[in-house]
Amino acid sequence: MNKKRSTRYAAGFTLLIILTIVFFFLNLVKGSSSISAADAFYGIFGKSIDESVNTIILDIRLPRCIAAMLLGGALSISGFLLQCFFGNPIAGPYVLGISSGAKLIVALTMIFSLKNGIVLSSAVMVTASFIGSLISMGTIILISGKVKNMAQLVISGVMIGYVCSAVTELVVTFADDANIVNLHNWSMGSFSGTDRDDILVMLCIVISSSAAAFMLAKPLGAYQLGESYAENLGVNIRAFRLVLIFLSSLLSACVTAFAGPVSFVGIAVPHLMKSLFGTSKPLIIIPASFIGGAAVCMMCDLIARMLFAPVELSISTVTAVFGAPVVILIMLRRNRQKGCG
Amino acid sequence: MQDNAAISAENISVGYGKITVAGNITFSLNSGEILTLIGPNGAGKSTILKSIAAQLHLVSGSVYIDKREISSMKERELSRKLSLVLTERIHAERMTCEDVVATGRYPYTGRLGLLSSEDIRIIDEAMELTGISYLKDSDIKEISDGQRQCVMLARAIAQQPKVMLLDEPTSFLDVNNKLELLSLLRKLVKEKHIAVIQSIHELDLAQRFSDKILCIKNRKADRIGTSDEIFSGDYIDRLYGISSGSFMNLYGTAEPAAVSGEPKIFVIGGGGSGVFIYHKLWRKNIPFAAGIIHKNDIEFPIAKALASVLIDENAFEAVSDKTVQKALKIMGKCSKIICCPEQFGTMNAGCIDLLKEAQKCGKLVNVEDI
Repeated sequence: MNKKRSTRYAAGFTLLIILTIVFFFLNLVKGSSSISAADAFYGIFGKSIDESVNTIILDIRLPRCIAAMLLGGALSISGFLLQCFFGNPIAGPYVLGISSGAKLIVALTMIFSLKNGIVLSSAVMVTASFIGSLISMGTIILISGKVKNMAQLVISGVMIGYVCSAVTELVVTFADDANIVNLHNWSMGSFSGTDRDDILVMLCIVISSSAAAFMLAKPLGAYQLGESYAENLGVNIRAFRLVLIFLSSLLSACVTAFAGPVSFVGIAVPHLMKSLFGTSKPLIIIPASFIGGAAVCMMCDLIARMLFAPVELSISTVTAVFGAPVVILIMLRRNRQKGCG
Repeated sequence: MQDNAAISAENISVGYGKITVAGNITFSLNSGEILTLIGPNGAGKSTILKSIAAQLHLVSGSVYIDKREISSMKERELSRKLSLVLTERIHAERMTCEDVVATGRYPYTGRLGLLSSEDIRIIDEAMELTGISYLKDSDIKEISDGQRQCVMLARAIAQQPKVMLLDEPTSFLDVNNKLELLSLLRKLVKEKHIAVIQSIHELDLAQRFSDKILCIKNRKADRIGTSDEIFSGDYIDRLYGISSGSFMNLYGTAEPAAVSGEPKIFVIGGGGSGVFIYHKLWRKNIPFAAGIIHKNDIEFPIAKALASVLIDENAFEAVSDKTVQKALKIMGKCSKIICCPEQFGTMNAGCIDLLKEAQKCGKLVNVEDI
């Protein structure tokens, strides 16, 4: 690794960390009741003189902010893993229909439990979401065996997404009135309503899965060359692919369980990180995607809350505005490279 | 099996599951030697390479590297002994050529794949040896096909293998790049003591650059030998089942089959002067006769392949009267005559008689008039 590169890496990480801190505090300070930066800082530790500030920060803004951070990081890593797996830069949990599969199973579980008066624990939600993710993932892997074209694979994923969403809509339409409000909010995607217990579950899943993904950096780097080369270099392809499917599904399932489907972050953030750091080395891009995803999701959540306050936008509305153009940029870049290759 | 062989195969059969694609393969190869697989399309050359790389299970038999059977090796052990250069393109984004070469160090690095200063030295050396140091920071997708093959070769060298497998390394390259790549390969495997097994479609290159050639036909190894053993007689014609032409061992190239029928044009050739005319007449689908060509003339194999009638003379002998008479007889039946050589010497003085006769009967035409 030469010196120019290390400087770029250091600068990149510094920038990302500064952005994360800035958006973290903005998220605590901004809202329907304005809180001063100093108050917010003390509020984190429950030490503000104003008791209501303590409550707002600790019970509402801080959990929501941490949720945005963790889930943003999880989505981005999940996206990066999927991109490596399919060798396709526009793969991500949302476009491949993995989020929608999770959404469907979670919606079914919610309706069933609400009907029977069972209160769902976050662990059950995550499990349901994970099962949904795996079903979609399995379908898309089967399809990927038949289609090698990058656009076709994505179209297949989008179609799976539509089918799952349609079934979800159908289920929601026929659900009891009481359920609808709950379900509707969730299925639109939002970081709101996260409590401290949720955070704990999130923290366990996201941190352990992300750490595991980071430990996969070496075989991922070999896998980027293609399967035959990776196998020759000593990667146990079968085991590696299984772990990759497991981790990417679990990370995206965790996001869907707590925040509903969140669009485009999984594609856009890893791509922006590759551009920022000028490399696709997993050892750099995995941690960068995590921090970058956290910053982007906090920014998008801030916009979702503040832009038309007190009306709140769904998180996907905001992320789509930022993410979709990135997808177009990726395709333009690919075309340009094909042109001169 | 030779004791000092870098790699050897004992009666292996390769294929998918229990279905054999190619069998009966036995060879042994020393460090610094190149074994080339040739044979018709679909003969199973790639399957053989994949099986030697242990990416496919052998149907039967064993492959040994350094006397160790490959199926008994751990992934890491094998990856330190065997490296690959494949035809598939690399799709990774934002990977510099240096990054690609660095992946060769994978079997030697720790859990996170961090490179030591020794690794970096080996990577730099590999790029130096293949002459791609200047591409260090270039994106792997933005370089030419020829440059990319050199990068892949550097990557395979950085892996410090005992054995290197190359699957059609020269496909897609232009003639200069083909020669450069294979010359480089020859030089490097000697220096680094690597045994090379490659598959190649270009027979002329296989003939020139291989120490041993293994021919695959009809689901089995048909013949193994040195270049002069394989490129002899009509073996290549039989190996590929060439029905519409013939292979010329001396040049390593093939000529199409002659246009059949009574010759309409007589070409006085010799010394290579007639080659372009032969090709031109062949393209125009005109049967022709050629003479008088010595059997050791540079154009003899081509004239033999393309002319419907060939009048020849024994090597190093002056053209005899008998041969001239024979040629005049054929010439009489042709409606046009072309004379290619600009001068004649003692050995083909007989051709002067042909030229004189042609001028006399008024059948002599220029090349452009055909």
